[in-house]
Amino acid sequence: MTHLPYIAASYVLALGVPLFFAISTTFRLRVAKRRLAVIDPRGKR
Amino acid sequence: MDTRQTIAPPRPVKLFHRFANPGQFLRLSGKVLPWLYSAGVLLTAIGVIWGLFFAPNDWQQGDTVKIMYVHVPFAWLASAGYVSLAICSVLSLVWRHPLADLAAAELGPVGAAFTAVCLATGSLWGKPTWGAWWVWDARLTSVFVLFLLYLGHIALVRAFDDPTRGYRAGAILALVGVINLPIIKFSVNWWNTLHQPASIGLTGAPTIAASLLWPLLFTTLGFTLLFAAITVARTRAGVMERRIRMLLMAKTSESGQS
Repeated sequence: MTHLPYIAASYVLALGVPLFFAISTTFRLRVAKRRLAVIDPRGKR
Repeated sequence: MDTRQTIAPPRPVKLFHRFANPGQFLRLSGKVLPWLYSAGVLLTAIGVIWGLFFAPNDWQQGDTVKIMYVHVPFAWLASAGYVSLAICSVLSLVWRHPLADLAAAELGPVGAAFTAVCLATGSLWGKPTWGAWWVWDARLTSVFVLFLLYLGHIALVRAFDDPTRGYRAGAILALVGVINLPIIKFSVNWWNTLHQPASIGLTGAPTIAASLLWPLLFTTLGFTLLFAAITVARTRAGVMERRIRMLLMAKTSESGQS
């Protein structure tokens, strides 16, 4: 592959951005669930 | 005889509000989310491995054609994400759909990030192919305008103390910005652009070889499912956070009264 740096950078971006969003959203959901469970027992979903 | 007539609300209102119930959304999204993530990861992995290691190089572009397997899905999702934003805006402005506001607010950053990746991967393809990172070509410029529209929506939704006003302003901007979508789509036909015209259309056969097309279909479907999963998960978090805020406010006002 003669254009490896361009291809590698493209794939790092394309896979990294959804991965970042997936991880940050999972973390956000976990925090929200925990807080909701403390405040409102009905929030345990 | 009673001359007054009761007018039943239009059916869409009933339908939308049934799914607008946050409790029902949390239950349904909790079930759907693992499937969306799993299918998205699986299809993306197949498409990426196929495209990188098994698909042939293009006779003209050489190995830079492999960038297409990620650039095209992100370009499609930049526009499709904006269509979703516009649909949420209509639901918000016309039917006051409570979930539509939250979904639109959560869609904005994901759409902006995907549009940024589309522009960046396009640039990474453009440098070895055209010899330039960027040209003010009609397609590139209109996608850049789309990115600015997403940023404007993100800023506007969060600019007011009263979130409802922010949601309304954001919804209006999103609807005004829809005019940019046909410009993006047809820019390569209307103007003499450096960006090549579409290789896949609804009316004609694709002008791309099947050996290059199949991995592209897998990555497109995979990234689309991941986009949907991320948006649903973020909306789910948004619903929970709103409930937390409401409960905390209720507790504060209760303790203030006693």
